[in-house]
Amino acid sequence: MTDATAPTPRTAAPAVAPRVKVAMILFAAFALFPLLAFALDDPFLIVIGTRILAYAIAAMALDLILGYGAMVSFGHAAYLGFGTYAVAILSSYGVTDIFAQTLFAVAISAVFAFVTGAISLRTKGVYFIMITLAFGQMAFFFFISLSAYGGDDGYGLSGRSTVLGSNMLENDTTLYYATLVALIALFVLCHRIVASRFGRVLTGIRENPTRMESIGFPPFRYQLTAFVISGCITAVAGVLLANQAQFVSPAFMSWHRSGELIVMVVLGGIGTLSGAIGGAVAALLLEEVLGMMTEHWRLWFGIFLVLMVLFSPRGLTGLFEQIRGRRE
Amino acid sequence: MSRLDILNLSKSFGALQVTDNVTLTVEPGEVHAIIGPNGAGKTTLVAQLSGQLKPDAGTVALDGRDITRLSMPDRVRAGLARSFQITQVLPSFTVLENVALAVQARKGSSFRFFAPVATEAALNDAAMRVLDGSGLTERADVPARALSHGEHRHLELALALATDPRVLLLDEPLAGVGGAEADAFVDRLRAMKGRMTMLLIEHDMDAVFALADRVSVLVNGAIIATGAPEDVRSDPQVRAAYLGEEEEAPAC
Ligand SMILES: Nc1ncnc2c1ncn2[C@@H]1O[C@H](COP(=O)(O)OP(=O)(O)OP(=O)(O)O)[C@@H](O)[C@H]1O
Ligand SMILES: [Mg+2]
Repeated sequence: MTDATAPTPRTAAPAVAPRVKVAMILFAAFALFPLLAFALDDPFLIVIGTRILAYAIAAMALDLILGYGAMVSFGHAAYLGFGTYAVAILSSYGVTDIFAQTLFAVAISAVFAFVTGAISLRTKGVYFIMITLAFGQMAFFFFISLSAYGGDDGYGLSGRSTVLGSNMLENDTTLYYATLVALIALFVLCHRIVASRFGRVLTGIRENPTRMESIGFPPFRYQLTAFVISGCITAVAGVLLANQAQFVSPAFMSWHRSGELIVMVVLGGIGTLSGAIGGAVAALLLEEVLGMMTEHWRLWFGIFLVLMVLFSPRGLTGLFEQIRGRRE
Repeated sequence: MSRLDILNLSKSFGALQVTDNVTLTVEPGEVHAIIGPNGAGKTTLVAQLSGQLKPDAGTVALDGRDITRLSMPDRVRAGLARSFQITQVLPSFTVLENVALAVQARKGSSFRFFAPVATEAALNDAAMRVLDGSGLTERADVPARALSHGEHRHLELALALATDPRVLLLDEPLAGVGGAEADAFVDRLRAMKGRMTMLLIEHDMDAVFALADRVSVLVNGAIIATGAPEDVRSDPQVRAAYLGEEEEAPAC
């Protein structure tokens, strides 16, 4: 018998702490990044930076189900689309407040994720991937046929969202920092979730669903809940992207985009949250840099990805931890 | 103390009848062993009792309540737990996390999203008490994948026990465990005797005769004999079908 007087303050996942540190370093770098843009006198960098931060939110949301729940959703761009179109549709009706738009985007996404998730989770493995892809494509074609908002051609926004009546987001730097605040807040949320009772159940189902059932957990309801949370967070990224681009189009929800989100998560290292953020940064920066150097940048990006997967299956996180482990 | 009634249970895989009209009552508090040659259908029977497989016909009742249609998690919540012949653990979780999760399943809601679970003393303390009984205290913070085979078998049993079962189905708990380690394991099972109702599938005859109050013999999916261990051992039909075979093939 252990003595009850000495409760064991066990830190269950010692691997978490260093990864939080990685996220904090990334956030600090993001916070300082606008200084670089000013120093180089290149305001376009801020625009790219905002895009990267918004995708980091989406990649992190996908990691929540892909990395922690072993649910490979190939239709997550749909939620980016719901977020962007929520901005376009509500502002066309004069509702420009970003919180109202976000609420609308999250509500639509929750319903869509609940219904499609409930159906998709009846399947496993490659079938799950295919069925989420099919639902993503359905959303894509729905918005293509939405002629009131430009259909295929997309729809330009007359301005950015307002914050409690203020149009402060019209300033690119303010929008950048607003996106950073959203990223940090959602990281804290996701981090709390994975370390909670719910997170432990979700991770347990990833590890061994049979064992989870045999100790009393029905996987479906936990997986579906995670799926809905992930969709809702991705929608927030969509709201921010619409503001960054001031333009919405079905291209935000094409299956290529879903694939890019998966690439970001895998590149960064699945099941780490901070890895997904790093993966989004790496993927989008590479796209920009390689894109400047050659028009065949996709080829080089592909080669890079193959090398990463071959030599560091745990992505940038794995690479980083290996280097750090060697130094210690 | 709880009772398990199995009535006319049948199951086929295609043309192969793996459970053939099995009727059996596991009395409250008894250790009821099921022995039988490889492929007799023992694991398939446990799978149907635990809700992992649907029987083609027949019923399973826990304390008189028909549970045939309940899912595996619902049966666990009703007090019916099982262990697996092939160890099922959460490999990247530590030993303590594995057991704490089994405790969590019966202690409060798991739809809690913000409070850190790792520092929940109620879960960790209950899990440590189970680990103490399993001799795994020292290994609490080791990832389950790093355990030896014998330790895996102890964790497998600990996970079933952590659900606080009233009826426990044990599918070859000693699988792959030998020598002194097996003796210790039998002692551990003996210590559990009387605290819950147990259905014990086991190949190790020494263990069966040391633990069982009654023994049933399963051959080709059908029960051919049930009785006190000594009676079953001397039953000529059983000797022909099973025990004789065991002497010829001591490997299993
Ligand atoms: N899912 C399945 N599909 C088809 N046949 C199966 C399936 N599961 C088991 N079987 C067959 O059913 C028979 C009974 O298998 P089972 O695993 O229940 O035997 P067992 O008595 O537990 O054997 P052992 O002592 O080796 O553990 C075997 O012939 C097995 O090959
Ligand atoms: Mg078996």
